Amino acid sequence: MHTPVNIETSWPDTIYAQFRRVDIRQVGYVPDAGHSRLIALCRDDPNIADVVLTTEEEGVGLVAGAALGGQRAALLMQSSGVGNCVNMFSLLRNCGFGCIVLVTMRGEFGEFNPWQVPMGAITEDVLRLCGFLSYRIDSPDAVDEIVGAGCDMAFNGDLQIAILLSQRLIGPKVWTR
Amino acid sequence: MLDRRDFVRQLLIDRGELLVVPGLGSATYDVAAAGDHPLNFYLWGAMGGTAMIGLGLALARPDRRIAVIPGDGDMLMGIGSLATIGVKQPNNLVIVVLDNAHYGETGMQPSATGKGVDLVAAALACGFKHARTVSRIEEAAAVRKLLHTGAGPILINAKINAEDAPRVLPLRDGHAIKLRFIEALNSA
Repeated sequence: MHTPVNIETSWPDTIYAQFRRVDIRQVGYVPDAGHSRLIALCRDDPNIADVVLTTEEEGVGLVAGAALGGQRAALLMQSSGVGNCVNMFSLLRNCGFGCIVLVTMRGEFGEFNPWQVPMGAITEDVLRLCGFLSYRIDSPDAVDEIVGAGCDMAFNGDLQIAILLSQRLIGPKVWTR
Repeated sequence: MLDRRDFVRQLLIDRGELLVVPGLGSATYDVAAAGDHPLNFYLWGAMGGTAMIGLGLALARPDRRIAVIPGDGDMLMGIGSLATIGVKQPNNLVIVVLDNAHYGETGMQPSATGKGVDLVAAALACGFKHARTVSRIEEAAAVRKLLHTGAGPILINAKINAEDAPRVLPLRDGHAIKLRFIEALNSA
C-alpha cells in the first residue's frame, strides 16, 4: 500500500514521501540539478543522514554498511554517475543487498551538451548488465506508483532497483552563458 | 616496521562488541588469522569501498564502535571517502590502514604511499579528529584503545613489513558473511 500523496505536490516531494513511507534513513548523493529539491528535503529531515559523496561509487559502500547496521539507504545520482559505480555494484550482487538508486537522466531529450550523451545513451544497458531492474519515468503522474514499487522491491525483495527520471520529466537543463 | 599479523592480532584482543570491516586481500586474511568472528564483514572485492561500508555502518549504529582495516591500495583507491567521512564526523569510526606501500596481492608493485603520499595528512586535511602513523608494536595497545574509546573519525596509518604472510581464508560467500554479521549484531 502506498501512502496517499497530495497531487498538488511536485514529483520530488512524492519521492520524498515514499522515502518516509519505507523508512529510508541514509541518502547518499552526488548533487544534480534535477535532484536539488529532493536533496534539500532529505537534508532538512532530522531522521535522514544526508551523505554528500565525492564519487557515486562511494554510495554503494554506504548502502551496504547501512544495511549491515539495520538501516535502509537510497542513492541519488545523475546518469553519468552510474558509470562510476560499475565495479562497486558487484558488492550488492555478491551479498544480496537491496538497493534503490534514483537516476536523473542527462544526454537525452533536449540535451544541449554532447559530452553527456555517450554515458546517458548507455545508462539503462549498464544498469541491466550490473544486475539492476530499471524503471523509467517520463511523467509526474507515474512517480508515486513506480518509486513506491521500486522501494518495496529493493527492501522487501533484496533486489537492486534503478528508477530513471527522464530528461523529459525533469526538463532539460537550462544553459546560460 | 610492524609484523602485520602480530599487529592486527593485538588490535583485536578482547574485542568485545567491536564491528570490524577488513578490506580485500591481505587485510581480510590478517583479520581472519586473528580469529574468525561473526562481527567481521570480510571483503573479497569492493576495492576502494571499505571505508564507506564503515561509514554506513557507523551512521546506522552510533551505539557501536566500528573498525575499518583496509590496505594502503584500498585506501588510496577510496581516498575521496576521507572527505565524505570528514564531513559526517562519525565519532565511532576508526580506520587502521595496513600500509606496506605495496600492492601485495598482485606481485608487490609499489604504491603511492611509498612515494611520499601521506594518508595521515590527507585524513587531517579532511577533518578527521585524530590521525597518526604507527610503526612499533609497542604502540598496538594504544591503537587498540582508540578502537574502543577514541573520539572519531580517526585514521591510523600502520607501517607494516612488505612480506607475504601465509593466507588464512575466511568465509567467501557474500550472502553468508552478511547474514552471519547481521544475525550476530541483532542478537547482541
